[in-house]
Amino acid sequence: MAEAVQTDLREELLPAREVDLRRSVRVGLLGGLTAVFISAVGMVQSFDEAGLVVGPLSFGDLLLLAVPFVFGVLAGHPPPVLTGFAEPTSGARNVIAGGVAGLLTGVVIGVFVALVDTFDVRDIFTRISPELLDILTYGQTLAVGILIGLVADVILGLAGGASQLLGERWRRPLFWALLVVVMLGVLEALVSQILRGARLDRVQDALYAPTGELRLPSAIAIGLGLFGLGLWLRDQPRAVRQRIGAMEAERRRLVTAGALVALVAVLGILPWVLGPFLTEVLNIAGIFLLMALGLNIVVGLAGLLDLGYVAFFAVGAYTTAVLTSPASQAFSPELSFWVALPLVMLAAVAAGLLVGTPVLRMRGDYLAIVTLGFGEIARILFLSDALKPTFGGAQGILKIPDIAIGPIEFRGPELFFYAILAFALLAGYMVYALQDSRIGRAWMAMREDESVAEAMGVNTVAAKLWAFVIGAMLASFGGALFAVKVGSVFPSSFNVIVSFTVLIIIIIGGMASIPGVIVGALILVALPELLREFQEFRFLLYGALLIVMMLRRPEGLIPSRRRARELHEEEVVQDARLRAQAAEASATASGE
Amino acid sequence: MAETVGLKARRAGRLSGVDAFLWLVRVVALVAVAWGSYKSISSGRLTAAQWRGLIVAGVSQGAVYALVALGYTMVYGVLRFINFAHGEVFMAGSMMGFFVADGLSGTAMWTSLPYVALLIALLAAMATSTSISLVLERVAYRPLRGLPRLVPFITAVGASFFLQYTFAGLFGADSKAYPPVEVLKGGFTIVGFRFGRTQTLVIVATIVMMIGLYLFVERTKAGRAIRAVSEDQEMASLMGINVDRSIALVFAVGGAMAGAGGLLYGLTFGQVDFLSGFTVGIKAFTASVLGGIGNPVGAMVGGLVLGLIESLGPSLVLFGLGVPSAHQLQDVVAFLALVMILIFRPTGILGERLAEERA
Amino acid sequence: MSKPRWLVSIALFGALALVAAACGEEEAAEFQPGPLGAVTVEPGAPIKIAVFESLSGDTASLGEDQLRAVQIAVDDKGGELLGHPIEIVELDDGCAAEQGTTGAQRIVADPQIGGVIGTSCSGAAIPAMEILSEEGFTMISGSNTSPLLTSIAGEEATAHLPGYFRVAHNDEIQGAAAANFVFSELGVTKAATIHDGDPYTEGLATAFGASFEELGGEVVLATSVGVDQKDMKPVLTEVAAAGAELVYFPIFQPAGDFIAAQAKEVAGLEAAVLMGADGLLSDTYVELPQTEGMYFSGPASPTGSDYAEFVGKYEAQFGEKPIQAFHAHAYDAANVLFAAIEEVAVQEDDGTVHIDREELRNAVAATSGFQGLTGTITCDEFGDCADPKIDVVQNTEAEKTIDQVRANVLYTFEP
Repeated sequence: MAEAVQTDLREELLPAREVDLRRSVRVGLLGGLTAVFISAVGMVQSFDEAGLVVGPLSFGDLLLLAVPFVFGVLAGHPPPVLTGFAEPTSGARNVIAGGVAGLLTGVVIGVFVALVDTFDVRDIFTRISPELLDILTYGQTLAVGILIGLVADVILGLAGGASQLLGERWRRPLFWALLVVVMLGVLEALVSQILRGARLDRVQDALYAPTGELRLPSAIAIGLGLFGLGLWLRDQPRAVRQRIGAMEAERRRLVTAGALVALVAVLGILPWVLGPFLTEVLNIAGIFLLMALGLNIVVGLAGLLDLGYVAFFAVGAYTTAVLTSPASQAFSPELSFWVALPLVMLAAVAAGLLVGTPVLRMRGDYLAIVTLGFGEIARILFLSDALKPTFGGAQGILKIPDIAIGPIEFRGPELFFYAILAFALLAGYMVYALQDSRIGRAWMAMREDESVAEAMGVNTVAAKLWAFVIGAMLASFGGALFAVKVGSVFPSSFNVIVSFTVLIIIIIGGMASIPGVIVGALILVALPELLREFQEFRFLLYGALLIVMMLRRPEGLIPSRRRARELHEEEVVQDARLRAQAAEASATASGE
Repeated sequence: MAETVGLKARRAGRLSGVDAFLWLVRVVALVAVAWGSYKSISSGRLTAAQWRGLIVAGVSQGAVYALVALGYTMVYGVLRFINFAHGEVFMAGSMMGFFVADGLSGTAMWTSLPYVALLIALLAAMATSTSISLVLERVAYRPLRGLPRLVPFITAVGASFFLQYTFAGLFGADSKAYPPVEVLKGGFTIVGFRFGRTQTLVIVATIVMMIGLYLFVERTKAGRAIRAVSEDQEMASLMGINVDRSIALVFAVGGAMAGAGGLLYGLTFGQVDFLSGFTVGIKAFTASVLGGIGNPVGAMVGGLVLGLIESLGPSLVLFGLGVPSAHQLQDVVAFLALVMILIFRPTGILGERLAEERA
Repeated sequence: MSKPRWLVSIALFGALALVAAACGEEEAAEFQPGPLGAVTVEPGAPIKIAVFESLSGDTASLGEDQLRAVQIAVDDKGGELLGHPIEIVELDDGCAAEQGTTGAQRIVADPQIGGVIGTSCSGAAIPAMEILSEEGFTMISGSNTSPLLTSIAGEEATAHLPGYFRVAHNDEIQGAAAANFVFSELGVTKAATIHDGDPYTEGLATAFGASFEELGGEVVLATSVGVDQKDMKPVLTEVAAAGAELVYFPIFQPAGDFIAAQAKEVAGLEAAVLMGADGLLSDTYVELPQTEGMYFSGPASPTGSDYAEFVGKYEAQFGEKPIQAFHAHAYDAANVLFAAIEEVAVQEDDGTVHIDREELRNAVAATSGFQGLTGTITCDEFGDCADPKIDVVQNTEAEKTIDQVRANVLYTFEP
C-alpha cells in the first residue's frame, strides 16, 4: 500500500489547490472592516482634504476605493503552489473571487453608512462626522450613495481578482507604475519644488494643475510609460547582475568603485537640487539613519534587543550642548564641536558600559524591558530639577553653535547635509567592516545561541559590552548632530518614540543589512515628514506595518540573506509536512 | 584537557570582573537606601499621618499594578513571551469604563444605584479588555509561535503602537475625565490609616478578583489545564489538553483582570487617555518580575511592593540623600527597582514558575 | 532598474539640474531690500501671515481661540491687504520648545511669509525667536506672558530678541496681581508655588513669589511637577509638610486637574486654598468638579461695544463663544501687524509689493496709541505692547461656564 502511494507521488501531481470562494467571503468582510476602520479613525477625512488627481474623486474617495481593489487582489490570489501539487488554472474563478470580496466590502461599508446616518455617535467616535458621511456616499443621498459604493466596490473587486490573471511578468510592472503615479500625486510639493528648481516649469505645469493635483492625462501617460518601461526592464537586473558576476574580479571592483563614486557625486549636489526644506527632511532622515546603523549593530548583529536606545542619543546631544553652548549653566567650556567630539564619544562609552553591565546576565526579553527603563530614566533625569543646573531641566540648553571647520560655518540645511553625510558614510563603513570582523562573527554566534557560543570560547561578556559601546557611540554622533542642527536640546525630544522609530527602521528595512536600513530610514522618516496628512496616523501605520511585516516577512524589506534563511526555516519543514498530509488525504480518497 | 581548564579559567576570570561590579552595585544600593531613609525619617519633615497617607496611596496604586501584572505573568509563564501590548489592553478597559460611566452618569441609576452603575462599567471594561486580548492572541501571536522570540516581541510592540493610535484616532487624543462618583467621595480612618473610599474600593476589588483567580486556577478543570500547559506544553497536549484553547484562556483571564484594573485606575485618577497604558504596562511588568514571573501570587506581591516603593521611594530615600524635587524621580525609582531586583534576585521575591524549556 | 543604470540616470539628472540652475535668468530688482531682506509679493500672489499657535493637545483651546481671532481680523480687512489676498499659514507650536523650533524652521524656509502671529506658549516662543530673529522675521504674540521674553524689573530679559513683540501682559504684573489679592484680600501669609518647567509657568510662579515676599508673605515651597505627571500625592505631601495655606499653580491641563483633585486627599491640605492662572482658565478645566472654589488670575476680559461686536462675529462664525482668554489680544496683534505692513510696504505700479523686514520691525516697535480691543497699545523698547489689566476670578458652584467664571471678578489690578 505504501509503495502505491510512493509511485503516485512520483508519476502524478496532486490535484491543484484552487481559489477558495469561502475564503473570498472572509477576505471581503475583512476588507469592509478595514474600510470602516480607516473611516472611523479619520484617515479618509484627513486625506480627503488633499487632492490626488484632478477629477470628481478626492483622495479620500480614492483611498476608500483602493480597499475593495486591494482585497480583490488578495481574494483572487491562488493559494501558494507547493512542490508536488498541480498548478491551479487561472480563469473566471479568480475574477469571481475578487468580485465576491468586493461585494462584501461594499455591503459592510453600506451597513456602516446606514448606521452612521441613523445614529449620531460623534460623542464617542469623534471622527464620524457628517463630512465623513458625505465622503462615504460620494456626495449623493444615502441610498444612492450606498448603491454607487456597492457597484464600484464590486467592479473594483472584479478588477482586483482579474489582476491575478495577468502573469507575474505583467503584474509587477503594473504595481510599480501605479505606485509611482500615486507617489507623484502625493508628493506633489516635493516634485514641484524639484522641477521648479531645475527650471522645468513647463514640465511641472504639464504634470500638475494649479490646485496641486495630478492632471489626469499626464497621470495616465506616465503610468503607461512606466508600465512599458517596467516590462522592458524586467529582466535587466538579472542580466546586469549576471554580467557583473561574469566579469573578472578586477573589472568588477572597478565597476563597483565607479558606481560608488557616481553615488557620492550625486549625493554631493543633492542638497542644491532639492532646496532647503527637502534637504532638511533628508537631514532628519540622515540622523535617524545614523542611529539605525548603530542600533543595527546592537540588535541586528549582536541580537541584543535594546529598547532604550534614545538614552545614548540623549547623552550625545546633551554632552555636546553642555560642552559647546555658552548658555549651559553649571559648566560652560564653550569648546568647538570638533574638540568636544572625543569627549562626547567618551561619554557615550561610559553610558554604554553603564547600561551594558547590569544587563549582561539577563534574558533577552528582560534585557528589552530593562533597557526601555534606562531610556526613560535618562529622559527623566535630563528633565529633573535635581540635574537642572547642568542640563537645564525642562527649558533645556539653547544657543548651541553651528559646526565650523576653520572659517566655514555649516549653517543651513544644505551645508549641514554634508556633515550628516560624512558621519553616515563613516558609520556605514564601520558597520560594513564590523560585519566581517572577528567581533562581528562573535556577535553572530552569540545571537544564534549564547550558551553554545560561550562553549566555543567566545567571550560573550566582552562581545556584549562592545556591542553596547559601539552602538552608544554611533547614537551619540546622531545626538551631537541633532543638537547642533536644532540649536538647542529639550528633554521632551528624547522619548521612547525615538527608540521605537529607530527600531522600526531596522526591523522593516531589514536587520543587519545596510541598504535595508537606508530604505527604512527614507520610507519611515523622510516620507512622513513630507506628507502632512500622514502625520496623525504615522504611528498607527507603523504599528500595523510592524505586525504585517512580522507575519509575512520578518526579515525586513531588504534583508541580509542570512536573516531571511534563519527566519524561514520553519516553512521548509512545513512544506514537507503539508505535502505528506495531502498525499495521505488523496491516497485515502482514492481508496486503498 | 588543558584547553578546557584554560577555557574555564578564562571564563571565571571574565565573570569575576562583572561579579565584582555587580556586588559593588548591591552594596551601594543598600547603603543609599539605608542612609536616605534614616535621614528622611529623622528630619521629621513629614508627619506620621502623611507617611501613612503615602503608604495607603502606594497600596492602592500597587493593587492596580497587581491586576495588570497578572496578565503579564501568566502569559510569560506559559509562552515565555512578554505581551508588550498588554498595557494597551488595560487602557482599552479604562476607556470603555469611561464611556459607560459617562453614559450612565446622566441617568437616574448613577445617583440612586451607584454601585450597580459601577458594576456595569466594570463588566464592560473587563469584556472589552478580554476581547482585545483574545483578538491579539489569535491574529498577532498565534501564527508566530515557534519563531525566534524577537519576532513575536516586535509584533507585540507593533500591536501596542497600533492600539494606542487607533484609540487616539477613534476617540480623540484628549484625556477623558471620569464623571464624579458621589458615593466614592471622602474616606474613613482605620488604625490611624486614612483610606479614601476610592482607594478602599480598589483594594477590596483587587483582593476579591485575586481570590477568584486563585480558585479558578487551582480548583477548576480549565485552570488545571492552564497549569499543565504552563509546566510543559508538549506533555499537556499529549494528555489531551487543547493547548490552543488554554492559551487563549490565559490571554482572556489576563485581559479581564487588566480591564478591571483599567476601571479602577480611571476612578483613582479621574481620567484616562490613549497613552495611559504605556507607563502602567512597564510598571506592571516590573511588578510581575519583582514578585516572581509565572506566579500569580507573585504578581500580587510584586504589585504591592512596587506600589509602595514608588510611593515612598522619593520621600523616604531620595529626599534623605539630598535630591531636590525628589517626587519628579518617582518613575526612576520604579525602574531602578526593576534593575535592582534583576541584579539581586533575578527570580523575584517568590520565585519563578516557568515552563520547561525544551532544547 | 539595475543599479548602475539607475545611478547613471540620477547622476545625469543631477548634472542637468545643476546646469539648468546655473544658467537661470537673474531678475533685476529696482527695490533695494534692507540688511534683513524683504518679502516680495508678486501681483495676484497672497501676502502670507504665519499663525503659530497651539493647535493640538490639551492646550489646543488656547491656540484655536487665537487662530479664530486672527481669521476674524483677516475677514475684517476684507481678506486682503494692499490689493493682495491675505493667506494664513497655520503652524502648531505644541506648547513645547521642540515644536517651537521646528515650526520656526518651517517659517524661515518660506521666504514669502511676511510676519508671524504667535506663539501660544512662551515655552515655544523662546527657541522660535532664536531662529526667527536671526532671519529678520517679526513675531507678535497674543498670549505669551513670560517675563523672560521681554524684560524683568525694567531690565532686558535673557530671552529677549529683536523682532519679538506681544500684546499680552508681562507676567510680572500678573504675579503682582495674584500676590496682592492673596495677601491683602485673602489674608494668606504662607504660600507654595508649583510650576511645570515651562518658562511661562516658571516665570509666573517666580513673579508671584517675588511680589508675595515683597508684601511680607512667605513662600514656604517653590517646586515643580512634570507636564504629564499623574500622581501628585508626593509633591502635595511636600507642600503640606511645608505648611502652606495656599497653593498657587499657574500651570496647564492635565497636570492642573490632578493637583486640584488630589490636594484635598493629602493630610494637611484639606483646608488649603487653590489658585491657578490663565493657563487653566478654559472651559474644560472649570467644569471639573474638583476646581470648585478655586481662584484664578488672568487677563481681564475686554469691555466696550467693539468687543461685543467682535464676540458677535466670533459666535456667528464658529458657533460658540470665545473659548479662552486671549482672543482679543490675538485680534489686536493681527491688526498691529497689518497696520505696520501697510505703513512700510513699497508698492510698484504693476501691483508688486515689497515689504522690508527691518522696516516692518521698526514700524511695529514704534506702535503707539493704537486702539485695540484690549486697550491702548504702545510698544516699549523690549517688545511689551500691552495695556495690562489683571482680574482675579473665582469658580464658585453656581458659575460653571468659562464666561460665567470670567465674569465673576473679585479683584482687579491695573498698574
